[in-house]
Amino acid sequence: MGFAELAFFTFAATAIASGLGVILARNPVHSVLCLILAFIATAGLFVLMGAEYLAFLLVVVYVGAVAVLFLFVVMMLDVDFAELRAGYAKYAPLGFIVAVALVVQIGLIVAAWQIPDEALEARAQPTSVMQRASGEPASNAEQLGMVLYTEYVHFFQIAGLILLVAMIGAILLTFRERRGVKTQDVSKQVARTREEAVEVVSVPTGRGVN
Amino acid sequence: MGLSSYLTVAGILFAIGVAGIFLNRKNVIIILMSIELMLLSVNINFVAFSMFLGDLVGQVFAFMVLTVAAAEAAIGLAILVTFFRNRGDIAVTSANTMRN
Repeated sequence: MGFAELAFFTFAATAIASGLGVILARNPVHSVLCLILAFIATAGLFVLMGAEYLAFLLVVVYVGAVAVLFLFVVMMLDVDFAELRAGYAKYAPLGFIVAVALVVQIGLIVAAWQIPDEALEARAQPTSVMQRASGEPASNAEQLGMVLYTEYVHFFQIAGLILLVAMIGAILLTFRERRGVKTQDVSKQVARTREEAVEVVSVPTGRGVN
Repeated sequence: MGLSSYLTVAGILFAIGVAGIFLNRKNVIIILMSIELMLLSVNINFVAFSMFLGDLVGQVFAFMVLTVAAAEAAIGLAILVTFFRNRGDIAVTSANTMRN
């Protein structure tokens, strides 16, 4: 068994084991930590497949942002997780049956699937071999950039728009206006007119106001 | 390693994600994590075919899936936080406020 096979089996076993950990762990914090491990193992699989850019993107985006967001939410919410696990055993057989059925079906497809001739032709002439000006082959990130910023630039911009909408949505959903806090309201201050702020009274001599 | 070994790993991960939704029916956080697992396995499929066919479009598509998954996680957790603030728990089985 070569080193590549050893690496593949290590990463694949880690990914599957930590995936099981995500759904079986009693403590949700352990679930999130297992999820992080699954992402890292999958990043390893991506490196083995030659998609280095996506592998590091997975580590940065998922491990660095999404998983930490999950961790924050799990630790922030004061929830009785033991109560949420009630009925776990009731659904375990159903979940197990569905999972086994899915694995068997996917396995049947993978086993019975014949690679079409067009795919083999496409494989014989890879489209992604690009070269630098100096003649040496370009790295995965360079190749992806060449494709993403030219042919798929609209998809790239739509992806940016999706992230913008998600950001605005998340802020809007969690924004809470606190009442009873004495903060400056600039627009209210600016909108004040002279009439409602100053009252001009003509005072009779010797009697004062009132 | 060949294409089918990567596809098998992706299939098993996807099945684990589906089973997770069944097992933790009450816990929204675990359900969201199971969805992340399923999206991850789909990404493995895209990258495996991209490698097999020598075509980068699969990786571009995996990039888009990654973007949408990140957006989905942010929105889902924001909804979860709002839900917790309003109700004091996150049990989805009792989430029928809108029906009543």
